[in-house]
Parts: sequence; C-alpha cells; structure tokens
Amino acid sequence: MQRNHNHPTIVTIEKVINETPTVRTLIFSDEVMSNVLPGQFAMVWIPGVNELPMSVMISQESGKAAFTVRKHGPASTGLFNVEVGGQIGVRGPYGNSFDLKEGKLLLVGGGTGLVPMMRLLTFVKSTDDVTVLIGAKSKEEVFFEDLANSLLKNNSHNVIVSTDDGSYGEKGFVTDLVEKLVDETHYDGVYVCGPEIMMYKTVQSAHSRNIFVQASLERMMKCGVGICGSCCVGEDLACRDGTVFDGDHLSKNKEFGYFYRNKAGILENY
Amino acid sequence: MNQLLYSKLNSLIKVESSIATSIGKIQLDKPVMLASGILGISLDVFNRLYTSGAGAVVTKSLSTEPWEGYPNPTIFSVKGGGWINAVGLSNPGAPNFAKMIEPNQNVPIIVSLVGSIPEDFEMMIKQFENCKVLAYELNLSCPHVAKVGLEVGDDPELVKKIVTTVKNTTVVPVIAKVGLGTSNYLNTVSTAIDSGIDAITAINTVRATAIDVETQRPILSNKFGGLSGTPIKPIALRCVYEISSKYNVPIIGCGGISTWEDAIEFFLAGASAIQLGSAIGDNWIGVFDEINKGILQYMQRKGFSTIKDMVGLAKKS
Repeated sequence: MQRNHNHPTIVTIEKVINETPTVRTLIFSDEVMSNVLPGQFAMVWIPGVNELPMSVMISQESGKAAFTVRKHGPASTGLFNVEVGGQIGVRGPYGNSFDLKEGKLLLVGGGTGLVPMMRLLTFVKSTDDVTVLIGAKSKEEVFFEDLANSLLKNNSHNVIVSTDDGSYGEKGFVTDLVEKLVDETHYDGVYVCGPEIMMYKTVQSAHSRNIFVQASLERMMKCGVGICGSCCVGEDLACRDGTVFDGDHLSKNKEFGYFYRNKAGILENY
Repeated sequence: MNQLLYSKLNSLIKVESSIATSIGKIQLDKPVMLASGILGISLDVFNRLYTSGAGAVVTKSLSTEPWEGYPNPTIFSVKGGGWINAVGLSNPGAPNFAKMIEPNQNVPIIVSLVGSIPEDFEMMIKQFENCKVLAYELNLSCPHVAKVGLEVGDDPELVKKIVTTVKNTTVVPVIAKVGLGTSNYLNTVSTAIDSGIDAITAINTVRATAIDVETQRPILSNKFGGLSGTPIKPIALRCVYEISSKYNVPIIGCGGISTWEDAIEFFLAGASAIQLGSAIGDNWIGVFDEINKGILQYMQRKGFSTIKDMVGLAKKS
C-alpha cells in the first residue's frame, strides 16, 4: 500500500550519537524524512510512551535522517532512551520551511533548535557569507559546532558559540550577540530556532532594523495537520501555517513571545 | 414543484439562489459549519474560520473543569482513508472559555458542552450569560471518554433529564449531537425531541481503533477512539435520512463531508446545514469557501433558490 504520510511509518534506529549528557541523535533510514525541507517536522511516536513533534535532523548518509532530542519530559526522555534496533513511528513531514535568502546570513540556534539550522546550512550557496550563533547553558551542553563548521567549509563563515555561564566561547545570552551583530551588519536573512524568548528577542532585533527574519515556533502538538488546535498562536496554527513565520507577521502576533497553551488549551505565560 | 419544472424554469429566468439557511430558530448566512472538536479553542482562530466561509463555528466540547485529554498519539490518519482520534475532550473548561469568547461580536458561535449530569450543563450554561452564543450543542456522543458523551447518549432517562434541565436554563436554541453507541441512536433522538430539543446534529465519530503491525500494539494511547472523515460519510448520511424520515426535527449533518457534493447529499437526505472537521486536515480551511461556492453553483444550475428547497428531497423520489 502507498505510504500514508499522516499514518505512522515504523523506522528502526541504526545509530545513536551522544551529543551531550542530555542530548542524543538517533539515526534511521527513511527516504521521505531524509528529503524534508529545513524547518519541516515529523510527529514521532515512541510506542508505549507518547508522540511528539520533532524537527528532522540531517544525516551525512543519503537516504537517512535523524532526530536530535534533549531529555526533558517523559516523551522526550522516552525518545532519548530508544536504543539501536529500537522502533519508532514517524508521520509527516509537516509544516512549511525557511525562505532562504542569498548573501549575508545569520543563523541562530539554541539547544535542539539548532536542528533546522543544520538542515538550512545544507541549502546555502557557496557564495553566501554565513554566521552561525550557537547558544548553550554551559560548555558540556554545546553541540553541532564542528558540524556547522564542516557544513560551511566551502563558505566564508563564522561559527560563534556563547554559553550562559561563560565556560566556553563568549559569555552571555546569544540574543545579546544577535543585537550586536545586526547593529554592525545588514544581513540579508536572519533565521532562528530555540527557546521562545530567544526567538522573540532575535526577531525584535532584526525586524526593528528592517532585516528579513524568520523563526520556527514550537508548541504542543497533537495532529500536525491543523485540526486539533493545540498549537494555535493567535490566529495561526504553528503546525500548518508554520512552523516558520516571518518576523513581520510575528511582530503583529499577540501571543508570540508571551504565551503558550497548556494541555487543556489554556494560555500560560512564558 | 418538481425538479424537472425547476430546471425548465431556471433556463427561462435566472433564479436568485442564496445559501443562507435556518435550523429551526438558528439562522445562518452559510450552511457549512466547523464541527466540534476541531480547532475550537481560540477566538482568533474562530474569526479566521468565519472569514474563511464557515457559517458558524462549534467550539470544542467544554466541561465544567479544564481537561488535559489523553497523551499522544491522539490523532492520525487511517491507512485506507479517514482519521482516528482519541483526544479525550481536552478543553480549558467552560468558565475559562466563556471569558475568552466574551469580546466576540461577529462570529456565530455554537458552544458544545459535555457532562455527566444535568447540573454540569446548567452550571456551564450560566458561565455564558455575558456571551453572544448562537446555540448550545450537547455532546451526547463522544465515543472515547468514560461517563460522558455516548455513555450519556445511551441512557434515555439521563438524556431526558439533561435536555429538560438545559431547556429550562436558557432561551438559546439547544442542539443534541448524537452518535452510534450501544443502544439505538434513534431512541436518543426521540427522547431529545420529546424533551424539547431544537435540533439534532448527526453523527459523531464512530468508535474505532488501529493497530500497528510492526510493534503489534494499538497506536492510540487510549487504544480506542473515534473514526471520522470520508469512510463514515455513508453511515452519517444514512442516519440523517433515517432521522428526517421518522421525526420532524431540524437536522445538522456531520460525518465525512469534504466536498460540495457531499453537502448536497446531506441536504437531500434531510439536513438543513452541515458540519465538517476532518476535511480541514486534508484540504485546509479553504474548504469552507470551496464547498459554499459548489453549493451555490449547484443551486443555480438546478434552479433552487434556497437550501430549504433541497432539504429531504431525496425522500420524495
């Protein structure tokens, strides 16, 4: 039977990479997921545990894809604990993708928000001048720095890491670096994915200077196709209208940066 | 007037067709509504759906308290078509929800309610005193949550008490949404009518499950859920036909409607309006205007000036 993209397809984990003590990348073979666009996500079923939306990570091997997960709640910890040979279900891909500009680009990722940024790097042109900002809490939580450098080896590029505690790279919040960089340089495109406050500040910094900026939003999701309503942000459905939104659009959204919906659908403050 | 004559007249004079409709006392500019359970938790989204051509939006079924619903997986598509869900009636609770929709002026909102006893419904309706509510829809048919929904709908005595209480609590029209449970759903319909219900929505999702053969387990965390979408359309259509044949009550058709032809089928079977949900998952929210347009073109082609002219027509042939 032809694959139904809205029904879980079972894939087997072939390799597990420990990125940090709390972050792992699980690699599997799947042609459909290997070819998703940067920003697109899958609904990932961990049988017996839960199902959660995950940005699809690139793999260096063709026909393969991955999920990079930080153990946090029961669902993400369930995925984190899947071993080689373990089976998970994937449906999708869902959502839109980043609108990649040409020229001077700034990519900002916090934690597993780096996943769509790594995929975006595989789409940049060799003539693009790319700056990647990696935000992490501390040295031991830094990952994808080497990967970003290797993906950009043919580009004029700069990969900058900042840690909140200053144990590695620059000290401080990545958003302070963003503010400094957009003040110095007029980027042709700024792309961000990470904690909502980080995205909110990045969007503000860029948008207020008339720089094209896009953010990939994260919300609780159930269906992935825009029917359950769990992920609504103002009038937008993160899963179907996004997850990628323009800064211009986001700056008019009353909920972005301030509220998310809990499991009962009640707005809560970030 | 028979249809042949209509068609002949239509070729002579241009008939002014309107897709406005009424379900008893409930007036709608457009006959296609958003079904309960779909997208219904934010006023901003309601506004967007209304602007996209929905004649009315039915809220998620609200309970007296906030409910978190079941863990994922809660919704996915069935391989052969259609959707299966066991969201578990997650909702912010009637008091929170009423506050959220209080500013609403423009959107025709039908508030869906779920509860176990008459007092639940009474308490919830009182929350909406300061809100503009077009109608209440009593969910007597959710197939995957204990003590509410179908378990209520299958109990005629309880249905009678609930409908009677609700009718004594509000002057706003009240609709009963019925589905296929363990008892004959027509008994629920007749009990609701005898207790003063203003209209019937038929049907809810049909209790179902799906098993993953690789991991050999049900996919839904709740194991059982409700089937919606195109596979249940013929069943829903049969129910509307049966209800309209047996009872004189306004009917809203619901179940697997995704095209204008589906909508017309439901009108011809006896529905005065329709609701859809799963079609949004497949075709996104442009589906409302698409169906409205298709209905209007059909009416113009066939010479119907109002939706009413079509309602139940299939039974006369």
